[in-house]
Amino acid sequence: MSKFEYAPAPESRAIVDLQTSYGLFINGEFVDGSGDAFKSISPATEEVLAEVSEASEADVDAAVKAARTAYTRVWSKMSGADRGKYLYRIARILQERAREFAVLESLDNGKPIKESRDVDIPLAAAHFFYNAGWADKLDFASLGPNPRPHGVVGQIIPWNFPMLMLAWKIAPALATGNTVVLKPAETTPLTALLFAEVCQQADLPPGVVNIVTGAGTTGQAIVDHTGIDKLAFTGSTGVGKMIARAIAGTRKKATLELGGKAANIVFDDAPIDQAVEGIVNGIFFNQGHVCCAGSRLLVQESIADEVDRRLKRRLETLRVGDPLDKNTDVGAINSRAQLDRIVALTDAGESEGAERWDNGCPLPDKGFWFRPTVFTGVTQTHRIAREEIFGPVLSVLTFRTPQEAVAKANNTPYGLSAGIWTEKGSRILWMADQLKAGVVWANTFNKFDPTSPFGGYKESGYGREGGRHGLEPYVKTGA
Amino acid sequence: MSRVDVKKTYKLYIGGKFPRSESGRSYEVYAAPSGRSRSAAPKFLANAALGSRKDARDAVTAARAAQPGWASATAYNRGQVLYRVAEVMESRRPQLVQEVRDAEGLTPAAAESVVSQAIDRWVWYAGWSDKYVQVLGGLNPVAGPYFNISASEPTGVVAVLAPQESSLLGLVSVIAPVIVSGNAVVVVTSAERPLPAITLSECLATSDVPGGVVNIITGKAAEIAPWLASHRDVNAIDLAGAAGADGVDWGALEEASADNIKRVLRPAGDGADAVEPDWTQTPDLSRLTAFLETKTVWHPKGR
Repeated sequence: MSKFEYAPAPESRAIVDLQTSYGLFINGEFVDGSGDAFKSISPATEEVLAEVSEASEADVDAAVKAARTAYTRVWSKMSGADRGKYLYRIARILQERAREFAVLESLDNGKPIKESRDVDIPLAAAHFFYNAGWADKLDFASLGPNPRPHGVVGQIIPWNFPMLMLAWKIAPALATGNTVVLKPAETTPLTALLFAEVCQQADLPPGVVNIVTGAGTTGQAIVDHTGIDKLAFTGSTGVGKMIARAIAGTRKKATLELGGKAANIVFDDAPIDQAVEGIVNGIFFNQGHVCCAGSRLLVQESIADEVDRRLKRRLETLRVGDPLDKNTDVGAINSRAQLDRIVALTDAGESEGAERWDNGCPLPDKGFWFRPTVFTGVTQTHRIAREEIFGPVLSVLTFRTPQEAVAKANNTPYGLSAGIWTEKGSRILWMADQLKAGVVWANTFNKFDPTSPFGGYKESGYGREGGRHGLEPYVKTGA
Repeated sequence: MSRVDVKKTYKLYIGGKFPRSESGRSYEVYAAPSGRSRSAAPKFLANAALGSRKDARDAVTAARAAQPGWASATAYNRGQVLYRVAEVMESRRPQLVQEVRDAEGLTPAAAESVVSQAIDRWVWYAGWSDKYVQVLGGLNPVAGPYFNISASEPTGVVAVLAPQESSLLGLVSVIAPVIVSGNAVVVVTSAERPLPAITLSECLATSDVPGGVVNIITGKAAEIAPWLASHRDVNAIDLAGAAGADGVDWGALEEASADNIKRVLRPAGDGADAVEPDWTQTPDLSRLTAFLETKTVWHPKGR
């Protein structure tokens, strides 16, 4: 019997009004950057979407000064209730313009529209809505005596969830009374710049949010700026360590949300079909460009063959292609550089002796693509079991006992997340206690919520984002 | 004729045992000048062990081995153990008062007060053992059919530079908040005032604190701290004792700590200055929370 084929179901781009070039957003206005412009492309087609200004050191300085002035003259004097109302406004505008944001996000990032539409943008709005309510209730948040803002916060976010990461950063910072200078990733700056328009529509006082686009040198200028009181960074562990070193010996605070190599652990009594869905969601959601991705599958030996068979059968149904097609499951790899890294690590997986399989799906001619890939026969010393691949690549290892599963799961310098699949309640709770990970998903995976703290153990970083805990890094307390 | 008294040998405290420094080194410890003795020649107190890099590494190994067991003890049990430390200190009050007098040059009344506060601080933190998790965590009302809960866990092995000035109250104020949650600790004592720390370790050893949960190294922070800051099996570091420590650059220690993303508790003070806080102030939870991790667990709800 032949397969039912899907007809293309593309989401229209017409809702997005792309400009040919974008400036920086400083003190409530778009201004030209003094650095060279750079191009933001669609990773699905390599089409140039827009030119974006690169913020120089002087531009960052102007942004920090604008944030300081806004902090001193306006934002720190405003009541929490009024700050909250601005955040509520932003949340509402994001909901109103959700489709526009979703389409732009999928264009610029390459992620499937069903994910940007159903996950990234609704969650971003929800983060603003959630934090808005905290703004006038900080005294009730058990943060310590007399909670108050640090001042100006520098925020550097990655390309995997551009708008969602922006919301994770800006919403709690503003709710607690800080002003911000935010740098989106160089490959995905466009939704952050659209967000600047939202700030204008919300009549947010100028300088409370400043957005500076650029790459590593722009980020470095933020990190090193003496006018920054606190940093919040999401990205690689390597850059996180550089930031931790850069602020050593100063009084700058930092929250670091870094890499991961999560174990997704499947016991022999797990509901296999649900577990397979969880495994797929764990590593192929957002092309595997997820710091908490379940990139190491630990499966109990007795069911390893069955899981392998069912998993591969499921992966053969994944639809890889046009991010704007509503039926697409796996979109484009975000950049050439990231694709190169994935290729290099998967090549290492093969050369080190693991067995490679992919779903053999056709790939578009243009753009950056990688087939959903599974490695079996992986050992703990293989690079693909130790290093973060940040792509649609699953490494499968096996275990016999719960103790062995814990030992293997924790055998990594990372500690961001973990998954457990079993029907036995007491085992879930025991495993959850043993795993050195900031987020543990039991019989589910990759779930996020504004009320739920997120962040890692060990080299996955420090500080939490989301929930009451997510406010803590943005306030100082005491006399 | 008066009796010739038996003097105590002050050694290190590692893994529940009292070894000399593996380096074989010791250094002379003198009483702080005070009152009428201010102009007299300094009074020799003891030869303390001069801890080494290797001692610090041994201490980390002992701490790592002890930490999981201590963390898995019930909160009620940890609270009772910390309370027991207060009991044992109370029973050694005269000795502690004399040692604090000698170390810090205090009047008898001031030394009594310091010892009282140090004992009371154990009681204060003991009471937190089964409460901070409730205060800091709880159910998160996520928008979906999920049970979602956040709870605090100890971060693991913590290195602590103990205060240079406050040899007992400051010391207790940095150790108790670290271990109450189930962390294990490696402490580098005040360089010039190390003796009360060793007497405290004798209290710990007789208080059901499992061997290796608290490890105490006497000596110089400038020599030992860099090895702890760069140690890959240390999860966090408290730099309180950088204030007033000879040759210690806390910024350099923080920089070395970045190698494995250690949690760093900076010394008090502004800018590059490190100052020793007033340990007589009632503490808040910040020294406790600095060495906690938040773990959030999700599970679907369904019939």
